[in-house]
Amino acid sequence: MVKTTQIKKGGYIVSGYSAVGKKEHEGPLGKFFHKWFEDDYLGEKSHEAAERKLLKTAFDGAVRAAKLKFGDIDAILSGDLLNQIISASFASRGASSAFLGVYGACSTMALGLGLGATMTQLGAFKRVLVGVSSHFATAERQYRLPLEQGSQRVPVAQWTITGAGATVVSSDKPTEETGAKKSFCPRIVSATFGRIVDPGIKDANNMGGAMAPSAADTLTQFFRNTKTAPKDFDAIFTGDLGRLGEEIMRDLCAREGFTLGAEYSDCGWLVYDSGDAVQMGGSGAGCSAIVFNSYILKKLRSGEFRRILFIATGALLSATTALQGESIPCVAHLVEIRS
Amino acid sequence: MEIFMDFLLAFAVGGFICMLGQLLILITKWTSARILVSFVCLGALLQVVGLFKILKEFSPFGVSVPITGFGAGLAEGAIKAVKEDGFFGIFSGGFTAVAAGLAVAITSAFIVALIFKSHSK
Repeated sequence: MVKTTQIKKGGYIVSGYSAVGKKEHEGPLGKFFHKWFEDDYLGEKSHEAAERKLLKTAFDGAVRAAKLKFGDIDAILSGDLLNQIISASFASRGASSAFLGVYGACSTMALGLGLGATMTQLGAFKRVLVGVSSHFATAERQYRLPLEQGSQRVPVAQWTITGAGATVVSSDKPTEETGAKKSFCPRIVSATFGRIVDPGIKDANNMGGAMAPSAADTLTQFFRNTKTAPKDFDAIFTGDLGRLGEEIMRDLCAREGFTLGAEYSDCGWLVYDSGDAVQMGGSGAGCSAIVFNSYILKKLRSGEFRRILFIATGALLSATTALQGESIPCVAHLVEIRS
Repeated sequence: MEIFMDFLLAFAVGGFICMLGQLLILITKWTSARILVSFVCLGALLQVVGLFKILKEFSPFGVSVPITGFGAGLAEGAIKAVKEDGFFGIFSGGFTAVAAGLAVAITSAFIVALIFKSHSK
């Protein structure tokens, strides 16, 4: 059974920044995002370069919002969905900080926050920058077909988010000068790293159904480890389960004796209007990253949320395993945040 | 009036073939390449059993403009070359018959790729 690691010191969330595409800007959470881009190329030559620029924008924005310089960052924890996590490493070119590439597919934001908080607790790292990105067009090339091929797109239930989010996690509580003007300072108080759960689903278009059991596994284990219940939290967020996945998640948790009420919602389902062509909501590593660094962080700062759970799930498939008919192993990582 | 009928029949027959393709996209998990190749094979099969000719008389463009026409052309060319050149016509005939179509497709694809950039909607 997976353990819950208590973060006894450090884990302070100093700042967050989100950069998104046009579709995300036009969605219900549009007003919360810090910056948006009209053109999906962001003025770059390729969509891959555009994704890197999105991530770099989020990196710079988070560091700026923390009233720091890039040189003040001790380590960058970053990942994305592309082969060899190129967005993360290429966007970190030129930085003097240590670079640690992390991959957890769409769970990367929660994985990075959990690892970042653990690192700041150790004392060796004072300030850690966690950044995650995804881009609709690069994900299509990675998992399906390149847009350049111009083949008709198979209707899939979820739409990959074009966006990047970055967070600065610090070992010290930020003082007035370092950006935390408001009285509430969110702190990561525990991290629960999940195990691989594979419910045997082979349909790459049913990610929500594949990932929900892993989210339920990590969440119910967290409740047991900490002897808490859903009602103890102001909000519980999953990453990108989508509408169907959210329903499965509620069922699975209820079966374990933990009934999720109105406090539970899914980032993917929050990002887009339900009337849109996006039937089940948003997905992708950037999904939980942009919602966390805008909407969730803002409500933690204002004191509307005092204690929340942020669980991001990742479907650890590749285009090759999908074509070879393998099922989808999934993982879910959870961080508990108080302000 | 005859031209109008040609358009109408092309729309009806060609549209029906495209609808079959759309159904395959929606119902099956076939990749677009697999669906495309299936229609080429279907065209070749219709040609071999003689159905393609009948359909083409009914609607000249409805069956020949979609990719089924390419498959039928391959089969027709191969059959003709076998009659003229014997066994090796199987290999040469098909591509000889569709050479113009292939060259136009590749050239226009290249030109379009030079001019335009793909975008996510």
